[in-house]
Amino acid sequence: MNVGTATLRSGGALEAAISAGRFVLTAEITPPDAASADAVAARAGVLKGAVDAVNVTDGAGARAHMSAFAAAAVLARLGIEPVLQFTVRDRNRLALEGDLIGMSALGIPNLLCLHGDDVKAGDQPETKMVYDIDSRALMSLARQLRDEAVLPSGRKIDPAPRLFVGAADAPQDPKPDFAPKGIEAKIAAGADFFQTQFVYDVVMAKRYFGRLRDLGITERASFIVGVGPLLSVKQARWMNENLFGVSIPEPTIARIEGAADQKAEGRAICVELIQAFAEIPGIAGAHIMAPQQKADAIAAVAEAAAVRGRPRA
Amino acid sequence: MTEPRESPLYDPGAPFPIPEGYASGSRLERVLRAGRFAVTAELNPLDSADLREVYDRAVVLSEVADAINASGANTHMSSVGICALLTRAGYSTVMQISCRDRNRIAIQGDVLGAAAMGVRNILCLTGDGVQAGDQPGAKPVFDLDSTSLLATIRTMRDDRRFLSGRAITVPPRVLLGAAENPFAPPYNFRPLRLAKKIAAGAQFIQTQYCYDIPLLERFMARVRDMGLHEKAFILVGVAPLASARTAKWMRSNVPGVHIPDDVIARLESAANQKAEGKALCVDLIQRIRAIPGVAGIHMMAYRQEELVSDIVQASGALAGRRPSQNPGARPVHDPSIRRTAS
Amino acid sequence: MLAVRLWSVRNARLLERVYAVFEPLFAGLAPLWRRIGLDRAERPIAAAERTIKGLLFDCRMCGRCVLSSTGMSCPMNCPKTLRNGPCGGVRENGHCEVKPDMPCVWVKAWEGSTRMAGGDKIGMVQPPVDHRLKDSSSWLRIVRERADPVQSLTP
Repeated sequence: MNVGTATLRSGGALEAAISAGRFVLTAEITPPDAASADAVAARAGVLKGAVDAVNVTDGAGARAHMSAFAAAAVLARLGIEPVLQFTVRDRNRLALEGDLIGMSALGIPNLLCLHGDDVKAGDQPETKMVYDIDSRALMSLARQLRDEAVLPSGRKIDPAPRLFVGAADAPQDPKPDFAPKGIEAKIAAGADFFQTQFVYDVVMAKRYFGRLRDLGITERASFIVGVGPLLSVKQARWMNENLFGVSIPEPTIARIEGAADQKAEGRAICVELIQAFAEIPGIAGAHIMAPQQKADAIAAVAEAAAVRGRPRA
Repeated sequence: MTEPRESPLYDPGAPFPIPEGYASGSRLERVLRAGRFAVTAELNPLDSADLREVYDRAVVLSEVADAINASGANTHMSSVGICALLTRAGYSTVMQISCRDRNRIAIQGDVLGAAAMGVRNILCLTGDGVQAGDQPGAKPVFDLDSTSLLATIRTMRDDRRFLSGRAITVPPRVLLGAAENPFAPPYNFRPLRLAKKIAAGAQFIQTQYCYDIPLLERFMARVRDMGLHEKAFILVGVAPLASARTAKWMRSNVPGVHIPDDVIARLESAANQKAEGKALCVDLIQRIRAIPGVAGIHMMAYRQEELVSDIVQASGALAGRRPSQNPGARPVHDPSIRRTAS
Repeated sequence: MLAVRLWSVRNARLLERVYAVFEPLFAGLAPLWRRIGLDRAERPIAAAERTIKGLLFDCRMCGRCVLSSTGMSCPMNCPKTLRNGPCGGVRENGHCEVKPDMPCVWVKAWEGSTRMAGGDKIGMVQPPVDHRLKDSSSWLRIVRERADPVQSLTP
């Protein structure tokens, strides 16, 4: 994507790096179960300078944690650029709009719009799910607020928030008649960038992003590919069975199985994946997630990969 | 819990150490427990992502208010957002959480987040109906009600756990508030409703606008009979009326607002209705202050924030006291705030 | 139907008496329900409950009935589904803020509870509703809860 700095939408460093054609790294943390800004700092501090931006999850696993909005505000004050994840499960449009208006004022430039897990997966299954609007409507809302400075009711917002709007994607091996309707719809709704589900198959990624490039899609939005250091064979198999859209190839699993130190091997594989993705045209960056590990694991992988800021393939 | 001084997140204005037996580090709690007549004031919602506007409006209220309510009515910048900005700059805030827009997962997250950002008072509201706003198509949530919301946050603070039972490592040390409307039916149920909210965790109460002193006196008599004034601090809502026309509009269009005819007649017969509205507000405050069991007032001067300071001073409600808000104490590490300091 | 719903509130004392007879009777039949199987009995009983309580109270089948604590006025008919009392927006004529033509559910609940022997139960703090229980039978829940108070929390 060749967007000049003059047209930057968010004022954030993530968008600036992508626009400048540099390979970016993002990471993910879950806000703590504590009413403490220091607890957020303890979780994410190590990522400062290691990645371009840090996602904060919103009610991850359908459980209550500190709100993503507050955790993102804390990160911004620490000098770590946040990507605020927003699900449409827990709030209606009025609450979502209120937080969108407040984002810029608190130094949060990036927004990732998500559907959210079913509450039955969490520890408060008795909760009422909201789903007033869907994730695409949230993208449109964010774009409308940013570009037209009005709410859907027509009420003006002055000044408008400056936002870089994201959506989720789950890359799959493209069939011959592959038509990425979901991606097209999300871009039409307002998605500027995508962060994807875990990808462990480089060959598949080449085919998938090759097709998106052929269709001109990677010109219209930036794709940051999900990766993560595997802890063990057990975890790899669990992910294959339980996580939507995740497919870890057997040779990768065999490689971990054959290793003396499975955790170290998992990290090595992750580093190689990031380096391989940095060579694939159409990929703008890697999004490192390690939900069961501390952020040190993410920082270590990011450092070892040493591809952040490189000119994109 | 407050951030330790050496933390990069330390706010010079916000934290107080928490005295023994206190629920929170809230300034408002200190003023109330010291038996002083307290003043809170409402900062009207903003259609803006602008920091300057937030601070410009807050600074005029802080002259006379022990805490500032940041309301997030309808769609404006969220209450969490405004409170985060205000606490950073040293203001004492009352965050308002309504049940209309969020389910229990989002609400519990906001409570932890707000407390982490320095919020020390939370007002638990049911919330207006969505039909009152400019997006009547929005889905009302109401997963909790104001009473179960109080109980939820009390559980988080005192038992250090979420509703699910999962542990919270640093609990939100907040003073819990609730709203009551003594001026709407069913009148005889209202004191009992207050008792329920107190049983669920309410420590302070902010009422709807009061323009009917006899009705308030009857309500407070019942409250005293039930001993409720000893279990929670009751702050009565007041606001200046700009004109008789405004008053008539309010009573027919704002749900739950009760303005007796004699109040409207007094405004109508005045040469300068705006000045009369101010004088009426001062009178009301003085009469409210004389009612046993009332712990303070809550000023809600919608789009008339500039009048609040004059009115409160003229009423003598502060009895010479200066609220200890300290907006001069701005954190040095936040460039966005230094830029807007004036 | 509003007229029937208001009749039920006016006759809250009568309905309270009916409940006082019906509830132990129904719960006493627990062995029968268990023989049929609670899960198999669920559908027909929920349907019966929906019909009867739908007629009398405009029941919304929240699955956790609190009518005996709310003056026989079903709180789920409140547009804000408040379960602990009225909001602050009740109109001077006692009507609803959101639906101006409808008398406030809680104004009626207060009237009903003043007629009932156990009317002071309106002062009890009610926990938030469990949204998994929607459309399930509250009557059978009483049977389930007496059998196993913990297990009954999951439908």
